Amino acid sequence: MNTYFKKTFIIFDRELKGYFRTPLASIFLLVFLALSSGMTFFLGRFFERDQADLTAFFAWHPWLFLILMPAIGMRLWAEERRSGTIELLITLPVTNTQLVVGKFFASWIFTLIALILSMPIWITVNYLGNPDNNVIFISYIGSWLMAGAFLALTSCLSTLTKNQVIAFILSSISGFILVMAGFGLVLSAVRSWAPIWITETIRSMSFLSHFNRIQMGVFDFSTLLFFVSMIVLCLWINIQLVQIKKTD
Amino acid sequence: MSLKLITAKNLTKSFGDFIAVDNIDLDVKRGEVLGFLGPNGAGKSTTMKMLTGFLEPDKGTIEICDIDLQKNPLKAKEFIGYLPEGAPAYSDMEVSDFLSFVGKMRGIENSKLLKSRLSDMAEQINLKEVWNRPIETLSKGFKRRVGIAQALIHDPDILILDEPTDGLDPNQKYEMRNLIKNISQNKAIVISTHILEEVEAVCSRAIIIADGKILANETPENLVNKFLEGDFVSIITSNIIDKKIINDIKSTLNYKTVKIESHKKNQTQILIKDEKNKLNLNKIMNEIKKYKLDINEAGFLKSNLDDVFRKITQQQ
Repeated sequence: MNTYFKKTFIIFDRELKGYFRTPLASIFLLVFLALSSGMTFFLGRFFERDQADLTAFFAWHPWLFLILMPAIGMRLWAEERRSGTIELLITLPVTNTQLVVGKFFASWIFTLIALILSMPIWITVNYLGNPDNNVIFISYIGSWLMAGAFLALTSCLSTLTKNQVIAFILSSISGFILVMAGFGLVLSAVRSWAPIWITETIRSMSFLSHFNRIQMGVFDFSTLLFFVSMIVLCLWINIQLVQIKKTD
Repeated sequence: MSLKLITAKNLTKSFGDFIAVDNIDLDVKRGEVLGFLGPNGAGKSTTMKMLTGFLEPDKGTIEICDIDLQKNPLKAKEFIGYLPEGAPAYSDMEVSDFLSFVGKMRGIENSKLLKSRLSDMAEQINLKEVWNRPIETLSKGFKRRVGIAQALIHDPDILILDEPTDGLDPNQKYEMRNLIKNISQNKAIVISTHILEEVEAVCSRAIIIADGKILANETPENLVNKFLEGDFVSIITSNIIDKKIINDIKSTLNYKTVKIESHKKNQTQILIKDEKNKLNLNKIMNEIKKYKLDINEAGFLKSNLDDVFRKITQQQ
């Protein structure tokens, strides 16, 4: 492993362990599991649907992530700025890119742990019937990618403030706009007056429409590209913002 | 490698319209402890932040061990240990974890070496008793020591400490100064401080900075000699003195300044100063006796760095 990745990994490692140093991690994991299965069984009418799939489970993820991803990512930079440790970080022999990427991956891998812990529901559905496991696997990957996009957005916005609560609110609102962009109600309102390409652009920006395709088992290049470029773009802005906001 | 470990030329930094650091030059050699003095907002911290690569100067160059900090920041930063103002640290981490994190980031890859550096720090900076405690539970003194330890973990050539003794009790201050003195032989050290006795105690050179400009750059002794008129005599009496007496004393003694410094409850302080002629206490006392004053106290007041500091920074 060369030095560049080694240092990124040290940042990643400290940040990931940081989640488990406080009760935050266990609380988050509990809330995620309780909410995701609660929504699946009660709101999603898992049993009444009488179908062996996890549509009812994944359908709630965009809405769940809207709250949970800002909760995971809000401290990434806001806390560094509040406590002054950003000065320590930046005077270490590392680049801002290494810092931003290391921190982002810590939060993303933490989310992966949460998703892995939800797998008993996958086992349950296999026990109850014969689901299409390919679709479920793709949905898991898609869900993790979407979580990554939410987290990159949150990480980026958490650089703007020293206050974690403000970082949380900013990220939730921005996430909400990105999810809602693909909502039928919004789209039909726009469609009534705007040319088709505007409607399509808005739809293509939406987390919801991309995620819906994944849920149906359609995992094409454009969806992958969308989430990955969303992550890359947010992290790129994040790197610039660290440079600009470090001294405020 | 040249003797100069830090060379900064024409450093300038402004924030909007405010010029924080205005075209300053400075260099620090191996073995030197440079004290950075100045009122709050004078530009001390901004200068230190530029020297450590946290801030980019608007103008000017910085060389760290002959490496251009702006062109090759990653390499240059390896030579620096830095204690930022307030000694920030990850409060949820244990002392040992935190120091080993900084050590690894500072490039100590060999785990044996890291281990030995960590135990050196525990020993040298007296951190053993808090070694496995989260930093947030530590007292201010220990937190500051953890800050020093993270700056020293990789045994850097250059140490930049922003107010290292701020908030420490007198014993801890004493220990910290001893520590700085002990390690200063092979390093170039820059410390900023408000406490002038600290400069006299540990620094081999002092820079006084105000409004972003360097006003003085001397050894502590030279500062006092250069910027003060020398000593003065203070006499405290319990009599009430009028101006006439003062004028009489002044004309007979023939010293440049004889004045009433202050009136406090039944006490008057007379100050006598002269830059050119040496003050003679005997002569002064003989003269004062003529007026039959009750003398409570009489003696020389030594000038110190505090006076220099006040004088230089208030001229601005």
